[in-house]
Amino acid sequence: MSTESLTFTEKYDLLGCIQCGRCTGGCPVTVRADLNVRQFVNDAYDEEKLDELARLAEIWDCTACHTCAVRCPKGLKPLEVLIGLRSLIVESGKVEPRVRDALQSVLLEGNPWEKSRAMRQDWMEGLDVRIAEPGEYVENLFFVCCTNAYDPRVQVTAKNMVKILNKTGVDYAFLPEDESCCGSEVFTLGEEGLFEMLVEDNTEFLNEFSAGRIVTLSPHCFTTYKTHFPDLKHPVIHYTQLMDELIQEGKLAWKGELPKKIVYHDPCYLGKQGGIFDEPRRILKSIPGVELLEFNRSRERSLCCEGGGGKMWVESESRKERLADTRIKDAKAMGADLVAAACPFCILTLEDAMKGLGYEEEMRVAEIMELLGEFVEV
Amino acid sequence: MIEKPKIGVYICHCGINISSTVDVETVEEYALKLPNVEVARTYSYMCSDPGQALIKEDIKEHDLNRIIVASCSPRMHEPTFRKAIQEAGLNPYFLEMANIREQCSWVHQDMEEATAKAKKLITASVAKVRLLEALESTEVDAEPAALVIGAGIAGIQAALDIADAGFKTYLVEKTPSVGGRMAQLDKTFPPLDCSACILTPKMVDCASHPNIELLSYSEVEEINGYIGNFDVKVRKKARYVDFDKCTGCGDCATECRVADRFPSEFDEGMGKRSAIYLPFPQAVPAKYTIDPEHCLYLKRGKCGKGPKCQEVCGAGAINFEQEDEFVEFKVGAIIVAPGFDPFDPSRKPEYGYDDYPNVITGMEMERLVSASGPTGGKVLINNGEEEIEPKEVAFIKCVGSRDESVGNEYCSRVCCMYTAKQAHLIREKLPDAKIRIYYMDVRAFGKGYEEFYDRVRRENVRYIRGNPSEIFKRGNKLVVKVEDTLNSRPLEDEVDMVVLGVGLEPRAEMRQVMDLLRLSQSGDRFFLEAHPKLRPVDTATDGVYLAGCCQGPKDIPDTVAQAKGAASSAMIPLARGKVTIDAQVAEVNEATCRGCGFCVEICPYSAIEMVTVNRFGHEIEVARVNEALCKGCGSCSAACLSDSIQPKSFRDRQILPQIAALGVMK
Repeated sequence: MSTESLTFTEKYDLLGCIQCGRCTGGCPVTVRADLNVRQFVNDAYDEEKLDELARLAEIWDCTACHTCAVRCPKGLKPLEVLIGLRSLIVESGKVEPRVRDALQSVLLEGNPWEKSRAMRQDWMEGLDVRIAEPGEYVENLFFVCCTNAYDPRVQVTAKNMVKILNKTGVDYAFLPEDESCCGSEVFTLGEEGLFEMLVEDNTEFLNEFSAGRIVTLSPHCFTTYKTHFPDLKHPVIHYTQLMDELIQEGKLAWKGELPKKIVYHDPCYLGKQGGIFDEPRRILKSIPGVELLEFNRSRERSLCCEGGGGKMWVESESRKERLADTRIKDAKAMGADLVAAACPFCILTLEDAMKGLGYEEEMRVAEIMELLGEFVEV
Repeated sequence: MIEKPKIGVYICHCGINISSTVDVETVEEYALKLPNVEVARTYSYMCSDPGQALIKEDIKEHDLNRIIVASCSPRMHEPTFRKAIQEAGLNPYFLEMANIREQCSWVHQDMEEATAKAKKLITASVAKVRLLEALESTEVDAEPAALVIGAGIAGIQAALDIADAGFKTYLVEKTPSVGGRMAQLDKTFPPLDCSACILTPKMVDCASHPNIELLSYSEVEEINGYIGNFDVKVRKKARYVDFDKCTGCGDCATECRVADRFPSEFDEGMGKRSAIYLPFPQAVPAKYTIDPEHCLYLKRGKCGKGPKCQEVCGAGAINFEQEDEFVEFKVGAIIVAPGFDPFDPSRKPEYGYDDYPNVITGMEMERLVSASGPTGGKVLINNGEEEIEPKEVAFIKCVGSRDESVGNEYCSRVCCMYTAKQAHLIREKLPDAKIRIYYMDVRAFGKGYEEFYDRVRRENVRYIRGNPSEIFKRGNKLVVKVEDTLNSRPLEDEVDMVVLGVGLEPRAEMRQVMDLLRLSQSGDRFFLEAHPKLRPVDTATDGVYLAGCCQGPKDIPDTVAQAKGAASSAMIPLARGKVTIDAQVAEVNEATCRGCGFCVEICPYSAIEMVTVNRFGHEIEVARVNEALCKGCGSCSAACLSDSIQPKSFRDRQILPQIAALGVMK
């Protein structure tokens, strides 16, 4: 059955809901926004009310962390009801200009950052990067991600990756510049048509390459490819899995020491959604000198940083404490010197929070690849 | 050559179940025109007394020798009609059922098409019924003894009933004591009886009953045979303690060099035991057992200057040379009662069970409030910093139940009431505590349950409608992250202790029993009963019955009722002393059998074996069917390369014309 012919109730299996409240109970943004996702699942049953529901500002507070979906005892995905409502707004064209521009940029340039496609590989400047050719086999085919490619703060992830890969002799190649956005944020912003197009185009594009596996640098691309691309022929992994492998095989040589207390923040798209919890921790622990701390809310209970769900383009109206601030304060309270993460969005939001709180002098937020770049011999 | 067939066709309306979709009158007219059909009739309920009488009268009056009943599935009423025609003097196997209900009227809407299909089904039955042969069922003696596997309340009750009826009963229990889960409970929900007080006398009876042979710390190794005649082999594990000499004084456990070091299974790991131990004070038999995993002497061959237990045992009962023993016996029926496993909340990491000592399970709570428990019944809990008496206690229901995310869709049926009971017990012990129960639904379905729920609420126990999503720590408090769904308010409630109302799961070890007895599981992974409504204690294997939570979650009253039901079913063959072996079984043509053995491998009931026979002076192997084990399923027939094994009444020459008459085969 094609999804086109389904009613809203059928599409999101609203009748499967038992109104137990685990979704709203687990929702991290309820402490700062008036969002009650269970209520939406309940109310959306009335098709006549959908437009009214879609006009409520709180549907844009969802960060798509997926806690509601992971916890649902009936296998529903409550957040997708909110996304469905967002798509009604997107269809009507009444979205905020920033969202509109981001979506348009994906359509025209293949990235949401309003940068030209021609600049997608600018981060490679000065590096000896192997580029994949369709049909030519490569063991590890890298998908860089729009944010890692364009955002100057997190470009370091890709750059360090190249340096380390060149040194270790791993068989790898990065995709050429016609690589396009995975659509993670297009999906959560509710632009269904564009997302469908990305799924089709990217599947076709990626399937032209011959690879052992696709390695993603962002957990958002990782989970999106794994869950929304049924026809993708390559297995998909996250870079922390590859780095963990290299460390286990003894292929990375360490230099210097990092005598710091590090606390690792689980990105929702990597942990809760992707089930990757141990690899990033093993990598951090293997850096000489590191003492690894744990947040009280870690792993399956990790607190969302509010970077996903299109929140990069939608400002919350709430004046209450941001979750990223809570996270940084918790880290400070436990005496952490450094908060590590393996996701470009987490890095941007957490670092913002750290600076906003004025902890710059005594604390640092770093991508795991940033640390590897500093402490692995290249 | 058989006599000329004279067929009667009986078409049932089944109220309107059939007649609203199938034009039964037209079918009747049609049937009358089929070859060899003497009589065709319709009737509102053919299975009723007058319906059966109709058939019987016709058999006598028209001298019918073959009967077709066109009604429901043979699984429903084949035995009914076989009995009816037998009473009229016909061989009971001269019957054919045309299923025009489940396979026709219930699955079609169009009357014309359904009527046409009913006609076809009857035509096919006519083609077959002429070719049926007379079969005679046989009887074999049944051993007047029973085996009960598992000695929790289900196994105990079943064993006592069978033994009281005068039959020898072997009660096999894997652990050192009988009692099972019920022995661990403090009080039982309404009427708040002390669990030990009502269970202990039954446990003692098991050991002292002249008809019960209690095999504790034992496991069933092998079961062969069939209803009435099962051969059983049991391994009695070495206790390293002479059963007859041990007086149960306990000096050994006190003096053990590793005394009180290991988590006590009975206390759910909250209390400690020695390497030589009695699981709990009221254990039956009151005999000590050495745990080979932890005993220094058994593990390393050395325990100080010599094992302390041996030194202090006045009775000289310690025997490190003891080995496992095997006992073999014969029984006529078997009751399976291995019980359940509580859901392991580590599988829901969001509740922090592995991280916080003050997040405990319902079973642990039972031990905590029990006077014989690790705290002597005081509600004391470690909050990660110190041992405290909790001021705020939270209960979470449906942990591991009604939850597809852990693969358990079913309701565990006991958690609503045990959390209510535990809330009541906490209220008794801590009058000022703030007690909250988080729930999705309250299912108080049993006798006196709703009244009890009502009472507990009025004892100032707050019921909050919302299933918590997460537990984390803030300072020395646990935070329950939940939504109160009745007022749509997301909450972060701070409490001192959380009790997880964990559900019931099938036992991890039940695979072992399944393989021994060829039992099946239902979708929820519990044992599958023969019929969910009408044969809830039977299994697909004749002579094997289910009792207790192995068949599905149950509270104590339901478990006892089912155990009594299983005992009474098991006693039918024992009391009769004989079992009837159905005649519709597979038969080997030994003259053409090539002895390849495919049928032996494929038979799901292990009913076929290879035997050596003499064929024209040559010793050759051929297949032979144990008629008592054979279910007539036909798997062997499908596998046989030379068409030498065929089920009676379903021989190729009987079913091929039937299929041909359906017009689906050339």
